[in-house]
Amino acid sequence: MLEIKNLHASVEDKPILRGIDLTIQPGEVHAIMGPNGSGKSTLAHVMTGRDGYEVTEGEVLYRGKNILEMAPEERAGEGLFLAFQYPVEIPGVTNTTFMKEALNSIRRYRGEDELDAMQFMKVIREKTKQLGVSSDMLKRAVNVGFSGGEKKRNDILQMAVLEPTLAILDETDSGLDIDALKTVADGVNLLRSPENATLVITHYQRLLDYIVPDFVHVLASGRIVKSGDKTLAQELEKKGYAEFTGQAA
Amino acid sequence: MKQDNAMTTPFVDQYDSLKPELPGSALPWMTALRDRAMDAFSASGLPTQRRESWKYTNLRNLTQLELDGQSLAPRPVSIDRAPSLLPDGSAYRIVFVNGDFRADLSDLADLPAGAVIGGVAALSEDEPECVERLLAQHKGIEDQPLVALNTALMRDGLLLQLDAGCKLERVLEVIHVNSAQNGVFAHNARNLISLGAGSEATILEHHLGLDDSAYYINAANDVTLDEDATLRHYRIQAEGKNAVHTSTTNGELAGNSFYDGYTLSVGAALSRNETKMNLTAEGANCHLNGGYLMRSQQHCDTTTVVEHLAPQTSCREVFKGVLDGRSRGVFQGRIVVRPNAQQTDGHQLNKVLLLTDTAEINAKPELEIYADDVKCSHGCSAGEVDHDALFYLRSRGLSETSAKALLIQAFLAESVSEIGAVELQDLFLEKISDWLAV
Ligand SMILES: Nc1ncnc2c1ncn2[C@@H]1O[C@H](COP(=O)(O)OP(=O)(O)O)[C@@H](O)[C@H]1O
Ligand SMILES: [Mg+2]
Repeated sequence: MLEIKNLHASVEDKPILRGIDLTIQPGEVHAIMGPNGSGKSTLAHVMTGRDGYEVTEGEVLYRGKNILEMAPEERAGEGLFLAFQYPVEIPGVTNTTFMKEALNSIRRYRGEDELDAMQFMKVIREKTKQLGVSSDMLKRAVNVGFSGGEKKRNDILQMAVLEPTLAILDETDSGLDIDALKTVADGVNLLRSPENATLVITHYQRLLDYIVPDFVHVLASGRIVKSGDKTLAQELEKKGYAEFTGQAA
Repeated sequence: MKQDNAMTTPFVDQYDSLKPELPGSALPWMTALRDRAMDAFSASGLPTQRRESWKYTNLRNLTQLELDGQSLAPRPVSIDRAPSLLPDGSAYRIVFVNGDFRADLSDLADLPAGAVIGGVAALSEDEPECVERLLAQHKGIEDQPLVALNTALMRDGLLLQLDAGCKLERVLEVIHVNSAQNGVFAHNARNLISLGAGSEATILEHHLGLDDSAYYINAANDVTLDEDATLRHYRIQAEGKNAVHTSTTNGELAGNSFYDGYTLSVGAALSRNETKMNLTAEGANCHLNGGYLMRSQQHCDTTTVVEHLAPQTSCREVFKGVLDGRSRGVFQGRIVVRPNAQQTDGHQLNKVLLLTDTAEINAKPELEIYADDVKCSHGCSAGEVDHDALFYLRSRGLSETSAKALLIQAFLAESVSEIGAVELQDLFLEKISDWLAV
């Protein structure tokens, strides 16, 4: 469903991604691991359409469509979702308003009817219950005054509500205690189906105990330098990335 | 300071011929007051940018209106319904069309004892002592040319006077509807508001242009609050897009009185909203808040001067501006703390979102503090819509337009939330959405 072919991208003329090839099939979970600064977030941003990145070569096809030409909101409509490494605070906009706008925008994109306030609240109640998150955060401004863990939980709640077909999690596990980690895993596992796929960007093997990947890739200096199954993650946990940073330099 | 000023002449030249038909012309004190005001005005002329407090705003647009001999006479237009923002019967309503009081469109039934509400022109006939007393409470003629002009030529406006202890239970909606469809005009609206000790009122005032015709409104508002009085004064300036609107409010706040002001400016080609508040006795408190949303080549000037003249007085100002196109905003906020005004509290914030590279804000906060035991803070900032927030919203499916609108609305909501009459906040939020939806 996702095909990344020879993707090169620069920031301010500095090449960051230097030839990425990655194919993800429906139903699969892929993990990308790699040292800081290797380009993991850049890859997630280029896929979801953040500005400031220039794609100099290659393409990204999602269900056969070249998504690099699309606006971020169109990609969201196509089923892409990014859980941010650093979720953004938006003062003055409540979570409820935001999520309702988001869900209805995506429904409109897909040609589905919008939900009214009652129908929307029903969805929210169901999802907060499934994830075991408190509905207190719905009335608060998006991520404002949230702890690190609450912000990540909020992103996962959004994911559960929007039901993407490809979810990308950018270090959603960093800095989380075990309970929050389980919320994240629950969110991902809730979405898992033969039609959906997940791309987990992480530093640690820990999350992968809960979200078991089918494939693990090592990203170093803007390239995928090694791929394997879940045992690769365990290996990396023991040995670190020294081998790859050396090789890439 | 004689100024050779092309915009001043039409007003000065016509004064003598207009004088006999101005309201109150039979009252010697009124005529004397007008004469003095016209002398002061012709000496100073309309303010130009040479005046420090008018550095960023130029009234030269007025020449484009080509005001003539007819422009200062009433120009009635026919309207059979007042564009009210509140449900019939839920508020007192007073309507002015091109400046003139329209009793037929107003609803002033069931006023409580101790309340006088009406048009200044009619009351100059019926209750001249009341008008005289209210006009004597403020002296803005010498150093405020626009107030001098207004005093010389004023025709009509709101008069609200509450006796001690009188509480208006319903909101007083003041509607000023304008249209130059029957010819260009300049109107000097005089609004006199005087609240006796412990009295209370809430005013929702809106200025509305019916079309894109050009006209000039020069309003002067005199606000006097006696001990423990409370005035909630919320305004929407939505004049036609070719209009010029200047408004000068002079307030005198007695001990423990409270003025809660909010002004939303979206209209006029050029507008200036100047507020000067004197906090004259312990416990006087004023809130001057507002939002300004401008686009294309609109110009909006917000000028505030708060004088702390007594100990333990406080003021709070929260202004938010959104400037699109080639529009221009001006914010001048002066807080003066006089030597004996110890333990005063002043807080001022002006934040602006610039939606384009060509929009511009000139901000000038001024703190003049002559006392040592005071808490005063001010903050000014201008920036673009937060890029990260915009991407975050778009990545969740919101279009660029609706994501921006949501962020702008949230930005402005911070000032709207300062409105003390919470039940009126939604109305302001709706006006903001309307602006964003254009
Ligand atoms: N907006 C930016 N401006 C300049 N450099 C950037 C920007 N974004 C990322 N980079 C650089 O790109 C490289 C990869 O960053 P990133 O994708 O965030 O790495 P990772 O997520 O793997 O830690 C780093 O060297 C980083 O400094
Ligand atoms: Mg990263």
